[in-house]
Amino acid sequence: MKILVTLKRVVDYNVRVRVKSDGSGVETDGVKMSINPFDEIALEEALRIKERGEAEEVIVVSIGGDEVQQQLRTGLAMGADRAIQVSADGDVQPLTAARTFLKLVEKEEPGIVFLGKQAIDDDANQTGQMLAALWDRPQATFASKVELADGKATVAREVDAGLETIEVDLPAVLTSDLRLNEPRFVKLPEIMKAKRKPLETLSLEDLDVERAGGITAQAYEPPPQRGGGKMVESVDELVSELKSKGLL
Amino acid sequence: MSRVLIIAEHDGENLSPATAKTLTGALGLGVSDIDIAVFAADPSGVAEQAAKLEGVTRVLTVQHDDFEHFLAARLAPEIKALAGDYSHVLMPSTTYGKDVLPRAAALIGVNQVSDIQEVIDERTFKRPIYASNAIVTVKVDEGQPVVATIRTASFAAAGEGGSAEIESRDAQAEDPGHTRWIKVEGGEGEGPDLATAPVVVSGGRAMGSSEGFDIIYSLAKKLNAAVGASRAAVDAGYVPNELQVGQTGKIIAPDLYFAIGISGAIQHLTGIKDAGTIVAINKDPEAPIFEVADLGLVGDLFELVPELEKKV
Ligand SMILES: Cc1cc2nc3c(=O)[nH]c(=O)nc-3n(C[C@H](O)[C@H](O)[C@H](O)COP(=O)(O)OP(=O)(O)OC[C@H]3O[C@@H](n4cnc5c(N)ncnc54)[C@H](O)[C@@H]3O)c2cc1C
Ligand SMILES: Cc1cc2nc3c(=O)[nH]c(=O)nc-3n(C[C@H](O)[C@H](O)[C@H](O)COP(=O)(O)OP(=O)(O)OC[C@H]3O[C@@H](n4cnc5c(N)ncnc54)[C@H](O)[C@@H]3O)c2cc1C
Repeated sequence: MKILVTLKRVVDYNVRVRVKSDGSGVETDGVKMSINPFDEIALEEALRIKERGEAEEVIVVSIGGDEVQQQLRTGLAMGADRAIQVSADGDVQPLTAARTFLKLVEKEEPGIVFLGKQAIDDDANQTGQMLAALWDRPQATFASKVELADGKATVAREVDAGLETIEVDLPAVLTSDLRLNEPRFVKLPEIMKAKRKPLETLSLEDLDVERAGGITAQAYEPPPQRGGGKMVESVDELVSELKSKGLL
Repeated sequence: MSRVLIIAEHDGENLSPATAKTLTGALGLGVSDIDIAVFAADPSGVAEQAAKLEGVTRVLTVQHDDFEHFLAARLAPEIKALAGDYSHVLMPSTTYGKDVLPRAAALIGVNQVSDIQEVIDERTFKRPIYASNAIVTVKVDEGQPVVATIRTASFAAAGEGGSAEIESRDAQAEDPGHTRWIKVEGGEGEGPDLATAPVVVSGGRAMGSSEGFDIIYSLAKKLNAAVGASRAAVDAGYVPNELQVGQTGKIIAPDLYFAIGISGAIQHLTGIKDAGTIVAINKDPEAPIFEVADLGLVGDLFELVPELEKKV
């Protein structure tokens, strides 16, 4: 079985993102970029499945300009076998990403496509569900535990009510939640080795993907700032402040 | 003409408050025709609750035994089948809406607007990105339906007093047979629901253990509050995952929020930015939580929290 893992290049989660002063977007120049943390977790899970002997090959894929090769190389250094870059300029909205992944699914015929539950830049939380719809296969989103047996995956999902368990037939789309695992650190020799692993570049046109737009960003603004907070010196003062605000 | 369809969220018996909040978002569109669809094994009770919400035109019930549990692969084609008559299809951005609606959007053939926090007009919305470090105004092209989730923390629940008609519709799709519901664990917690409680007491990594969390539960009980937690506290196993507040947990807007032994990471703050009053207790005067707290108290939580419990 092959596992396809999607890696999105995003602003590192430690960076405090700022909106450009003219409202045209967020500041990304000179900002540290990384693999979307959820995707790193998805890759870690795929690698563990392979290491248990339940999959033969892990393929990482990213859509974007040549800069995404950096994240693909990191994925290869973590242990993926090969990488595919689908080159695309500008705005790739979730349905376009899902259509692109579907083309790769048709080519590679994986047993599992593993995505992050959301990308921490656009926070859309759509792409995996959309891929599952277009592929007409099961989805198990927000996974915090995955077990494979007899061509099925049993998945514990983090939902508002707690932990929901569902069983899906493979092939299927899975999306990772934070508590699925803790991704490994990459060791230097692996980074060297990763340079020799295959990285193929295709384009949206090669794959004959029809772009789906339909949503246009008009302006970006910083969130309203909270502030004007007050420090109190004691529990008594805290209680009297809360009482004066009518909260107790 | 514009018509709005809201897919109800419920547990088989009770309509979730998330639906009434989604309705408030829908009312902001300025569209007079708003229907709520109830998919259920036995929709009658939930449909009656939905019909009472102020501003609802029609409640559509779709009965099928498959709808005992909500599976996205089963529901998405049903939503698509209903959606043809509507300009807008909305769900709350709960884990249910997040799971189901993008699947339906892809079948309809459009991108979804996720997490609307403000409605500008019928096709223009504000939504948070980058863990709410930025707000983007997006516009959906004319001529395509708006498929969107509503960020429930940004809208109050719609009131009651309506008396919408209830109509039944037939299920259109079949069980694809590849996905099976097994069980759900959790929700055994007592006290008010974290998503809607007016007062929430949250503990962080500093609680140190599940036993350490006892003082949080105890204060919460005294205040009739729900208990929440940071990711670090959930990851460490002190409390179950459904208590996590933040970018990847629950987004909440209580009147009063206590952040106790929580440093104030941006991913946590995303979950509480609409809270009325934030109280922080932390031993580190430099903790970032104090930058957003309305009332801050520096000191050891293991002394201050029991004292607070006595004095409220
Ligand atoms: C109006 C508008 C304009 C935009 N303009 C631009 C722009 O000019 N340039 C730009 O870079 N972005 C732009 N974006 C952002 C970009 O469209 C979003 O990244 C896109 O909407 C996907 O959302 P998401 O990544 O949050 O998806 P999610 O559904 O949250 O992603 C879930 C998972 O899908 C996978 N995935 C998604 N996209 C990719 C990818 N490209 N490669 C690999 N894996 C992926 C990942 O595994 C990810 O964890 C724009 C967005 C909008 C709405
Ligand atoms: C992609 C991603 C998503 C995330 N999503 C979320 C999310 O949804 N929710 C979330 O919460 N986090 C989330 N995080 C994690 C977040 O970045 C922080 O790591 C986390 O919130 C820290 O939890 P904490 O404040 O409890 O722990 P810490 O940061 O360790 O803070 C503990 C605090 O307790 C104080 N303290 C210690 N002892 C005492 C004492 N005796 N008395 C008083 N104060 C004391 C310390 O001064 C410190 O400020 C996410 C991270 C990533 C990368």
